Amino acid sequence: VELTRYEQEMLEGKHGEGTAIAMKIQVAIGESFYAKRMVPITRAHVALSNQEADLWFAEKLLKAGAKCKIPPTVNPGFNLNYFKNAGKVTDEFASLMQRTHDTYKALGAVLSYNCTPYIQTNVPFFGEITAFSESSATPYINSVWGARSNREAAQSALCAAITGVVPEYGLLLDENRHGDVLVKVEADLKSDFEYQLLGYMGKKIGPGIPVFQGLKSPITPEAFMNLGAQLNTSGAYGMFHVLGVTPEAPTYEVAFGGKAPKRTVIITNEDLQEILSQISEPGQQKIDFAMFGCPHFTLRQVQIIAEKVEGKTLATELWVLTSSHTKEMADRMGLTTIIQNAGGDIVSDTCPDQPCWHYLSGKTGITDSPKCAYYPKRRGLSFVIRDLETCIEAALKGEID
Amino acid sequence: MSIAERSFKCHRISEGIAEGEVIVSKDDIMFYLINPDTGVVIEKGHDLEGRSIAGKILVFPGGKGSSVVQADGLYQLSMKQNAPKAMIIQNPDTVLVASAIIMEVPMVDQLNEIFYAELTDGCVIRVDANAETVEMI
Repeated sequence: VELTRYEQEMLEGKHGEGTAIAMKIQVAIGESFYAKRMVPITRAHVALSNQEADLWFAEKLLKAGAKCKIPPTVNPGFNLNYFKNAGKVTDEFASLMQRTHDTYKALGAVLSYNCTPYIQTNVPFFGEITAFSESSATPYINSVWGARSNREAAQSALCAAITGVVPEYGLLLDENRHGDVLVKVEADLKSDFEYQLLGYMGKKIGPGIPVFQGLKSPITPEAFMNLGAQLNTSGAYGMFHVLGVTPEAPTYEVAFGGKAPKRTVIITNEDLQEILSQISEPGQQKIDFAMFGCPHFTLRQVQIIAEKVEGKTLATELWVLTSSHTKEMADRMGLTTIIQNAGGDIVSDTCPDQPCWHYLSGKTGITDSPKCAYYPKRRGLSFVIRDLETCIEAALKGEID
Repeated sequence: MSIAERSFKCHRISEGIAEGEVIVSKDDIMFYLINPDTGVVIEKGHDLEGRSIAGKILVFPGGKGSSVVQADGLYQLSMKQNAPKAMIIQNPDTVLVASAIIMEVPMVDQLNEIFYAELTDGCVIRVDANAETVEMI
């Protein structure tokens, strides 16, 4: 990687040891992908995770004097005030979240605690060069907005926020943004939920940039969120195209850059049913709780829940995780009150894979998100996966058919 | 077989040198669903489900999963001395590459077909990411 004089100075430590650590990591990444130079970014999103590695790395940079040149938005850990007041976290876990908060604050991050920045607080324009980590975020900004980011790790995105540059390779270059896997969708995508299952077909789709054919416009923002989130649960995808819908795929020729796809994959209703039966706990059982908002629910999704539970009493706990902005809107519009009166709640700034949910360990929940079911397995939470409306009905009854 | 045929060229991703027993995964790897206390893969339906990657040279197609779980998983494995000694992959992606570099686990790619044809679980190899070679021992 050829560096400018200023970048070389950053690497050599003339702009602080923290910047030098970040630059050294980025140069190593650049070299492994044959990047020729570094290019400036104007936005970043860091998938803060409030896990030990996350805190270890962020504290290491902070202690070395790092400060973000490009203040990044950040992912949620858990809402410390809410869960402390509810008595649901131990002192140990409360102090973990406090340290994460203090560290990112001192690094100069935007403390958004939200995993869907691309529709609210950190929206790039077409062609903008950025460093975005987070499963659903990287594919959304590349595919839906036509902005540019490689599939950054939380840590490499933080490095980019500190140095203000990224190595130029992969999805930052025109020639690497074309699709190379044709995915013919014969399955019926009746709701946003089927996009979750389509995204979970990573093993069948295989590596590359998928071009989805057969998806009918209009596709909701939530469907795109779901597709990206699940593609990066079942695989590793920085970008996808939807023929005739997303901005860099107006035609077949443009989507594939004039080349033939290296692979064609057909996705049927049977494929979606099969994957669901593999990843979901079986039906016909009692459920203990419902969990929504992985990725964070939008206001429209909160409205759907409020309509379904208004005036009723839930048989189980029901959690809706959102950004602080969506929560504020829900409060103003009376949606929070409706959900609370039914026995559920909306919580901002919180992820399902956090220690605040340890009290649910060993229990079986229901969710509309395969990603929500996948990671918290390590914490002992199990999930039945169904579409949103079926989930709400199950939470009202306390069991799933 | 001549000595020359036992040594293979590769491409460095994350620096370092390691020697050890090979474990091959047909499936992509997500380090978060590996038990840090044992190194055993706990992901349901995974090619390596129930087997330990601790202290092995892990050969697999590529990474999968969110942008935080590779680093989190590798960090926890490292803290318990159960991380793989080195990694050999086919499809590098930024999340996995960054995690290997930050956690200082040697990683290489671009091994040829002959290497993969000869490779079996349990064989002992030496990965020298610095010199960009892999030797079968």
